[in-house]
Amino acid sequence: MSIGPDDINQIAHLARLKIDEKDVPKLCGDLDNILSLVDQLQAVNTVDVVPMAHPMDAVQILRKDVVTETNHREKYQAVAPNTEDGLYLVPKVIE
Amino acid sequence: MFNKTVKELSLGLSQGEFSSVELTQHYLDRIKAKDGEINSFITVTEEQALNDAKVADQVRADGKAQAWTGIPFAHKDIFCTEGVLTTCGSKMLENFISPYDATVVTKMKQAGSVCLGKTNMDEFAMGSSNETSYFGKVINPWSTKEQLVPGGSSGGSAAAVAAGLAPIATATDTGGSIRQPASLCGLTGLKPTYGRVSRFGMIAFASSLDQAGPMARTAEDAAMMLNVMAGHDAKDSTSIVKDVPDYTANLNNSIDGLRIGLPKEFFNEHLSSELQSILQDSIKQLESQGAIFKEISLPHSHLSVPAYYVIAPAECSANLSRFDGVRYGHRCEDPKDLMDLYQRSRTEGFGDEVKRRILIGAYALSAGYYDAYYNKAQQVRRLIKNDFVSAFEDIDVILSPTSPSPAFGFDAKGDDPVQMYLEDIFTISTNLAGLPAMSLPAGLINELPIGMQLIGDYFEESKLLNVAHRFQTATDWHTLAPKNI
Repeated sequence: MSIGPDDINQIAHLARLKIDEKDVPKLCGDLDNILSLVDQLQAVNTVDVVPMAHPMDAVQILRKDVVTETNHREKYQAVAPNTEDGLYLVPKVIE
Repeated sequence: MFNKTVKELSLGLSQGEFSSVELTQHYLDRIKAKDGEINSFITVTEEQALNDAKVADQVRADGKAQAWTGIPFAHKDIFCTEGVLTTCGSKMLENFISPYDATVVTKMKQAGSVCLGKTNMDEFAMGSSNETSYFGKVINPWSTKEQLVPGGSSGGSAAAVAAGLAPIATATDTGGSIRQPASLCGLTGLKPTYGRVSRFGMIAFASSLDQAGPMARTAEDAAMMLNVMAGHDAKDSTSIVKDVPDYTANLNNSIDGLRIGLPKEFFNEHLSSELQSILQDSIKQLESQGAIFKEISLPHSHLSVPAYYVIAPAECSANLSRFDGVRYGHRCEDPKDLMDLYQRSRTEGFGDEVKRRILIGAYALSAGYYDAYYNKAQQVRRLIKNDFVSAFEDIDVILSPTSPSPAFGFDAKGDDPVQMYLEDIFTISTNLAGLPAMSLPAGLINELPIGMQLIGDYFEESKLLNVAHRFQTATDWHTLAPKNI
């Protein structure tokens, strides 16, 4: 299967990236090469093989239901590009 | 002094040969004199380092010094460090002063060590040559006429240690990012078992593969640093609850009777004759100490690179979706609406390789492709793990090449990303399986260092370090340093 300009634009939109028109052909080729490398997987018989998410098949450890975190809002918002009154500012969403 | 090991420096400090302030100043001076050529540091924290060194000298004067008290080192710039610029090699985080410490950073501080600064790396740890850093490429200190890559993604950590700008450094490994630069810079680097070291505060690339470890001159130093780094952390739900042994305790154990497997898939006709003969010499050396070699088979290993290039990009596209230009990181000028804010901030903040991997990942995870790509790759991943599990029924350790070749020139892999991806062909399978593995210097090809890889069973870091230390006790490849440093 080969990746065309429409695919690139669609994936880029999903990933919230903008791709320059002039970069599209090169990117189509790159992604095609990577996908043909990856396509070797399709030849493998994986019937009844359970997908592996953690090498030790570890399960989530639960903590006690008590408050351990303190409020660091000011410290964390100090690195934000734009805040006001403890809120993150973004362009107007609702007119 | 700069070519001493951590073990030797620790001894020198305890015997009063020099103070931590003197030692720290020595490395800071070297960084000033040499790093202009090598570019291994993104940030040097001179003032903080000298303050920490003073504190360490006081701790020693009070009789409370431990192994790491006053030892200088460097952090890969992937570890969040409170109050210090933490960039992950990206324009996206060009101005990010971390508001908190990674657990690895906390542990190194608690041990009393002195952080010299933050080392350069491939952007978001995506690369095998350090060419993708926003802060410029790192030059391998072994370069002579032609500038060579240090490997990646922990290329800054490797170059800094190889050039004697720091005695040791932290690093991370998602597909070979500790071991491949260790191989190319003549160092000893260890990727621990997945879950052995906390990932909290380590900027995520592919969460099910990422693992932090030491970039050192010797196996003994690596063991010393792993003692500090390892352990369960409630802040990382994938870290494992398991006691941390003293990794230096078994370094000198005899390896008589130790069974070492040689995967026939890795010792194939594509291996260069020079590397073939270096590995044969290493095998003979270990045999002379009583190790027993046997051929093993890892029949699914050829699927490692394909599986990795689904799983790693898929996880990276999910992890990097947090960079939205809203809470921290790069934000574009004058966004006209929310979509524009997201798109332009990300497009301006990420470099080409990062974008390529995000696109691949977004594609593999998109509707209609999830089963064919991500799920399939996770199934193949289990087959790769099962190969190792069966192999370790008959053997204790696996020996293989680390990288196909020594350091190469910039742009040597052309502009096809797949050529660069094949650089990690021997290292990726252990990340997929979650096994511990290390690289240690095994010889020279064209006067450039090259490593061999040792792979262990889960949580058998001690055994790997034992074999590596025994090898280093009998050989001197790890003591070779670049000529012009």
